[in-house]
Amino acid sequence: MTDMSQPPNNPIGQSLRRREDARFLTGAGQYTDDVVLPGQTYGVFLRSPYAHARIKSIDTSKAKAMPGVVAIFTGADMTGVGGLPCGWLITSKDGTPMKEPPHPVLAQGKARHVGDQVALVVADTYLQARDAAEAIEVDYEELTPVIDMSSAETIGSAVHDDVPNNVCYDWGHGDKAAVDAAFAKAAHVTSLTFHNNRLVPNAMEPRAANAHYTRHDDAYTLYLANQNPHVERLLMCAFVLGIPESKMRVIAPDVGGGFGSKIFLYAEETALIWASKRVGRPIKWTAERSESFLTDAHGRDHATTAELAMDAQGNFLAMRVKTLANMGAYLSTFASSVPTILYATLLAGQYKTPAIYCEVKAIFTNTTPVDAYRGAGRPEATYVVERLVETAARDMKMDPAQIRRQNFITTFPYATPVGLTYDTGDYAAHLDKAIKIADVAGFPARKAASAAKGKLRGLGYSCYIEACGLAPSNIAGALGARAGLFEAGEVRVHPTGTVTVFTGSHSHGQGHETTFAQVVAAKLGLPVENVEIVHGDTGRIPFGMGTYGSRSLSVGGTAIIKAVDKIIAKGKKIAAHLLEASDTDIDFENGEFKVKGTDKKLPFGAVALTAYVPHNYPLDKLEPGLNENAFYDPTNFTYPAGSYVCEVEVDPETGKTTVASFVAVDDFGNIVNPMIVSGQVHGGIAQGLGQAMMEGAVYDSGSGQLLNGSYMDYTMPRADDLPSFTVDHTVTPCTHNPLGVKGCGEAGAIGSPPAFINALTDALGVKDIAMPATAERVWRAANKIA
Amino acid sequence: MYNFQYQRPGDRAAAAAAAKAADARYLAGGQTLIQAMKLRLSSSDALVDLGGIADLKGIKVDGGSVTIGATTTHATVARSAEVQKAIPALAELAGGIGDQMVRNMGTIGGSIANADPAACYPAAVVGLGATVNTDRRSIPADSFFTGMYETALQPGELIVSVSFPIPQKAAYIKYKQPASRFALVGVFVSQGAGGVRVAVTGAKSSVFRATAIEAALNASFTPAAAKAVKLPADDMNSDLHGSAQYRAAMVSVMAARAVEKALSR
Repeated sequence: MTDMSQPPNNPIGQSLRRREDARFLTGAGQYTDDVVLPGQTYGVFLRSPYAHARIKSIDTSKAKAMPGVVAIFTGADMTGVGGLPCGWLITSKDGTPMKEPPHPVLAQGKARHVGDQVALVVADTYLQARDAAEAIEVDYEELTPVIDMSSAETIGSAVHDDVPNNVCYDWGHGDKAAVDAAFAKAAHVTSLTFHNNRLVPNAMEPRAANAHYTRHDDAYTLYLANQNPHVERLLMCAFVLGIPESKMRVIAPDVGGGFGSKIFLYAEETALIWASKRVGRPIKWTAERSESFLTDAHGRDHATTAELAMDAQGNFLAMRVKTLANMGAYLSTFASSVPTILYATLLAGQYKTPAIYCEVKAIFTNTTPVDAYRGAGRPEATYVVERLVETAARDMKMDPAQIRRQNFITTFPYATPVGLTYDTGDYAAHLDKAIKIADVAGFPARKAASAAKGKLRGLGYSCYIEACGLAPSNIAGALGARAGLFEAGEVRVHPTGTVTVFTGSHSHGQGHETTFAQVVAAKLGLPVENVEIVHGDTGRIPFGMGTYGSRSLSVGGTAIIKAVDKIIAKGKKIAAHLLEASDTDIDFENGEFKVKGTDKKLPFGAVALTAYVPHNYPLDKLEPGLNENAFYDPTNFTYPAGSYVCEVEVDPETGKTTVASFVAVDDFGNIVNPMIVSGQVHGGIAQGLGQAMMEGAVYDSGSGQLLNGSYMDYTMPRADDLPSFTVDHTVTPCTHNPLGVKGCGEAGAIGSPPAFINALTDALGVKDIAMPATAERVWRAANKIA
Repeated sequence: MYNFQYQRPGDRAAAAAAAKAADARYLAGGQTLIQAMKLRLSSSDALVDLGGIADLKGIKVDGGSVTIGATTTHATVARSAEVQKAIPALAELAGGIGDQMVRNMGTIGGSIANADPAACYPAAVVGLGATVNTDRRSIPADSFFTGMYETALQPGELIVSVSFPIPQKAAYIKYKQPASRFALVGVFVSQGAGGVRVAVTGAKSSVFRATAIEAALNASFTPAAAKAVKLPADDMNSDLHGSAQYRAAMVSVMAARAVEKALSR
């Protein structure tokens, strides 16, 4: 760790209120849909009502004649335009690259899922566009939809004609021979087969875009609800439309939640940018909620069989995992990496299991594409590990905390058999703390009290680990990433000593404007109010890889710190000149440049002013100004880990399950703003319990229609479904970034589903129950009704 | 939403006249109709808003009954001290419909005319043996609801009020569908002059009386008596949130809980 200068009122570690909330809570936020440009037009997409259909003809003549219609485009108009790219190459066991069938911007000859975009209507008003879309006549020939992953290889219908068996890749990871050998001599094998249910992201703000081509400079501006505007620009310009990046500005203004779903390059904004030049007017599109259900990339959807081999004492010998992963109809931007690189590499969990082998077959189906969603692969891995471990403890008649403790990794750094090297951690510390806070010792009494009321009570653990701070570019590249994963930041000190920070991270609910200001203010010894954070604009920020994978503070924050270090280094030279001392004799602390061992000093503001009014300045060896940028590429992932204890009570008459208590003890390394971190954990747990208890996209297996494509049927967790969680921490600082931070955005969603299912199966006395554990499923299990 | 003509007449005669126009519909709160129109699942050339007609609003308690004007909002019923005193189960039911915004706009007449198979009010109307008074006649509860979104109302017929006889005991238990928060199974139980009535919403294509449970409760008004009745699942609804078998089982459980609650008053 580098030395952090500590001002008297160090803002690091303080729960400062989020400065962005004033505008969000008073309706002053500026979201993409709030942007109205001169000459604004509105786009509406005509979408396929069928899961799988050949498009025999499209007749737009009637629609084009309708009032206000500016233009209508179909796939036939977009010949010569590339398809949407996938950002991660996965290579199958047999050495062949994954299948990458075209992902057209507007459907070309075939529609491959309900909601697939078939035409774009542009009109003067939204309602005119919508009316015209209804007047387009499409002649579809329905084809057999591929919905169920398990039969996709043999169904005899191909989502993509050039992938007849619907298999995108068949990938393996780990030492198969060593795993098979360990299983052969195991005293006991615990196995489970389950489905990690498909989730709809449901960001509060639907996806939205406003695309504007301006003729005077032959350039494009795209306002977009997005998590990583530079990546969006790179993918759209370089891989699809062939527009120079210098001619494209992507602005992601206030964004109301993403959870991964706004990482990806989607067809809609690509079509809008392409069409905006053709119509010569800006085009805006904001998804209706039903469009969000059908077209935001979904999450999870793994069908898995997992086995854990143990010796007679419950020591883990090996793990074997086989997963079918649903890709949906097309490969979304990072879809291929989620069930592989972000999944199999996490299967060691917190344990020293010496041999692990994982096989993943990725399947195309006529469903909405599946990609990263809060946790992305790591929740699926944690579910495998923590369900197996809890079940193993029951099989071995061991205390589930003890079986974990005896298998914990205790020495660091630790190289797992699945390719990661954990830098630090203390897993027993958070498990012990969670057990104490959850009063596990008092559980039998509480269980008896529940039983007296005719209720069933259960307790479950989950000890998760995740790899965050994505990531070292060289490692990611070796694993198939087609992008770097560094971050960039710029620190601009103004003549009066206030500071504007430009970060490539993007805040869409995380509170960066507050947290990052705390970090910079602490470093420079300035009041937090003097530091402004700017994000989400390729026209203002040097570069950025964006926000996902709990990477913003560890990677984006470090880039900013590196830029601040350059500011301080230059400031020392200016101060040395003004104080007539040598550079090396200048210390910077508490916002002051001081000559070592003297009382000679200058405040930061005086040095900043001198940089911009360089009357007395070493102009022969130093440029004026005080503005620095930095790029940071980490040397390793960060490894947040924690222990969760969930207690549930079941009403066997109805199957209604109540979360009686939920204790989360996380090790996120150092914490800058405890309130914001707690907020992230609470939200993450709610999302994870949503998956475990009530969420889950359901497709009709015959027609491929999404059966719960609205809030009338898709159950989101609400405040009255959940208790207030108890959130606490232990701290082992990350060893390889200057803040010692690890990331906190996804932990709750990763750790909570297995904790809940472990508690519920404990209450019911059953080996397994499917997610979501709806009241009826629980009622059937509790009453042994098939 | 497609364009439509909007009228807000000041009296019943003007409303009836306006409703004679082609493809006209009454608007009585709009908590279902407007949503369906926004989704373009429904359209009308003309909407006749009943909200401006004073004598369709209000609550009157006399002797043995509570009469609620057709355009009285759920919030008004829920907050009414008179209803809370006379039939607390009815006030509670109204206070559990939708959310506060829905309760501030939605009306009793709108709800029962719409006859959503999972709506709460039909359970009270049937469970209390109410009478639906229209501008043409009085319709007993048992013959008002005729099917899924279907009632005995004739074209243009306007609900004026609903009269609920005051029971000795009553309670409503709504077991919520977790997403929509409509009733997955809602059971209204009352014990009054005519004996026990048990009305169930959410479980079938329309609200219905669970006569087997009524018989059991007439013999013994206890939770155990209700719970012991096993209903056939044959014509129960089945969807993502509950199979027919589950709904059938929940009718007995919720009836038992309603009895327990009624007895505790």
